[in-house]
Amino acid sequence: MARVALHNVTKVFHGGTCALDDLSLEIPDGEFLILVGPSGCGKTTALRLIAGLEKASSGTITIGDTTVNGVSPRDRDIAMVFQNYALYPHMTVYRNLGFGLRERRTPRREVDRRVREISTVLGLDDLLKRRPAQLSGGQRQRVAMGRALVREPKAFLLDEPLSNLDAKLRVQMRAELKRLHAKLGITTIYVTHDQIEAMTLADRIVVMSAGKALQIGTPQEVFSRPANLFVAGFIGSPAMNLLRGRASARGSAGTEITAGELRFARPGVPDGEVVVGIRPESLAPAPADAAGPALDLEVDLVEPLGEQALVHGTVAGTAAHSGAEEEQAILTEAASRAPVTAVFPAEGLPGPGDRVRIRVAPERIYLFSAATGESIW
Amino acid sequence: MTTQILTQTERPAREEEREASRFLFSPWHLVLIPIAVVMLIPMVWMLVTSLETLNETRHYPPVLLPHTLVPGNYTQVLRQAPFARWFVNTMIVTVATVAGNLLFCSLAGYAFARIKFFGREVVFVLLLATLMIPFQVVMIPTFIIVKDLGLINSLNALIVPNLANAFGVFLLRQFFRTLPVELEEAARIDGASRLSVLFKIVLPLSGPVLATLAVITFLWTWNDFLWPLITIYTPNNMTLQLGLTEFQGTHQDATNLLMAANVMSLLPVLLLFFLAQKYFIRGIATSGLKG
Repeated sequence: MARVALHNVTKVFHGGTCALDDLSLEIPDGEFLILVGPSGCGKTTALRLIAGLEKASSGTITIGDTTVNGVSPRDRDIAMVFQNYALYPHMTVYRNLGFGLRERRTPRREVDRRVREISTVLGLDDLLKRRPAQLSGGQRQRVAMGRALVREPKAFLLDEPLSNLDAKLRVQMRAELKRLHAKLGITTIYVTHDQIEAMTLADRIVVMSAGKALQIGTPQEVFSRPANLFVAGFIGSPAMNLLRGRASARGSAGTEITAGELRFARPGVPDGEVVVGIRPESLAPAPADAAGPALDLEVDLVEPLGEQALVHGTVAGTAAHSGAEEEQAILTEAASRAPVTAVFPAEGLPGPGDRVRIRVAPERIYLFSAATGESIW
Repeated sequence: MTTQILTQTERPAREEEREASRFLFSPWHLVLIPIAVVMLIPMVWMLVTSLETLNETRHYPPVLLPHTLVPGNYTQVLRQAPFARWFVNTMIVTVATVAGNLLFCSLAGYAFARIKFFGREVVFVLLLATLMIPFQVVMIPTFIIVKDLGLINSLNALIVPNLANAFGVFLLRQFFRTLPVELEEAARIDGASRLSVLFKIVLPLSGPVLATLAVITFLWTWNDFLWPLITIYTPNNMTLQLGLTEFQGTHQDATNLLMAANVMSLLPVLLLFFLAQKYFIRGIATSGLKG
């Protein structure tokens, strides 16, 4: 096991696409680090650079105490799990698991001992004689993990390992992965575009966009103190509601922020255009006499989730975008209304077409500079 | 021969449909059956002639059903010419050439498919361009090289220049590119060298295309006549095709013996063809090459 570090790593592909832009990461021994971001943000490239499958255009990559730029993948002593598992189709599970050890000239008895040990840990004992084509998705996934773990590598790289599984199995494997990491303590670098996987698994998260690390922090830090608009929009499901607003100084009361009909004071914010961010979980139906900032939500869709429901609608104001949206909205919204999603308790839900008053505690409102997207605390 | 093959491969793959279509008449059969008959006549006639007496072969109109079968023609051929020797020579040359092609075309095809090196595409296009040069053009330079290597009039003269060829490299490269690259990356991370990746991952997954290359190379080598003609001149080193011509020269009037010799030289090829039809057709289909 070892620490892994990237210093000012840049990767430019033939044709000029810049996949990684001056990325620096420090991953201590035993940490579970997750690279998360939308497709094309460079997270998989970062992983492939660490594995040695691509060469960095500049910068250094260190595994343990050695700089590994120019070291071939086989000599880096890392293991990788691919999105499609990449199990060798012509070999049995037993031979798949032992391939890496045999290639490293491990004595046969030692190979056998370690393969059987890992197959017991992963519950593969009954499958050793099967070929990959005879396994279910979850079983293949476990074989792929086993093949990586059996070598006891310095670091463990996973490229979207759960994305080919169905939803239920994914949740189950996610928990298994976390247990496995707790048990083995191998430095793990995990790439995903699924921010729920990132939140639940990681010791630390790196949110990436356009080849840059936008924020590095624990899941809680990234969720509750997003460094900028992109991170705020990307982390959290459903995504944070964003409205354009203005900050203007009001004498001794501090600065007043207005966004549509939302008004609240926030000391120390410089005058100018801002983006106001509110997590859907921070919005709640307001009693008639409630004080504090409130909004009129015109409901157009309700999605019940059991205990809670997602209430989608629009409020007066102008929508803002974080740049992290997966898809453009299909229906174009009116310029004077901004879409808002709120999480309501399941009792007494409004219906489509209803108008409800919703409130938010001022301290749970995020502010970002409209010009730079940086967070204003 | 091609038409027969097509009717067989066009059979629907699913079992029930095949059962049903076996007895169904298709209008295509009106075209295909006569063509098949035309294709078969020379073969049948050759076989029949090889079992006739000399007088029957000279009879007009031709005797298609001989009164007595004369298997003695075959033993007579074997006694009059070193057929066994030619057969062994051809076998040695063919097996060595097939093995060489499988090995060297795999190595080159893999390099062109997966290893990034300067000028890869240009070199590959140049290699493909050599397919368009007729053999007659390179025949003399190749002869001079082989002569300078001191290989003339030995089986090596037939093997060495044919150990690899551009067609095989092309065929394998195209196939290797279709294999998922993650398998190779996984193997490299697992500690395999490039060669190990080729021999332990890529080739085991390339069975069909290797079989195709083997079958095509086998046929080409077995039937090759021109190159053995100019490099071999002692009967002991001859291949079957060359030996047949030699035999024809000395037995021009004994048509029955000639045909017996022909049947013997054709038998292994026919056998291989029936066993490996599907690979043969696949190779021609993927390369767009004439058989």
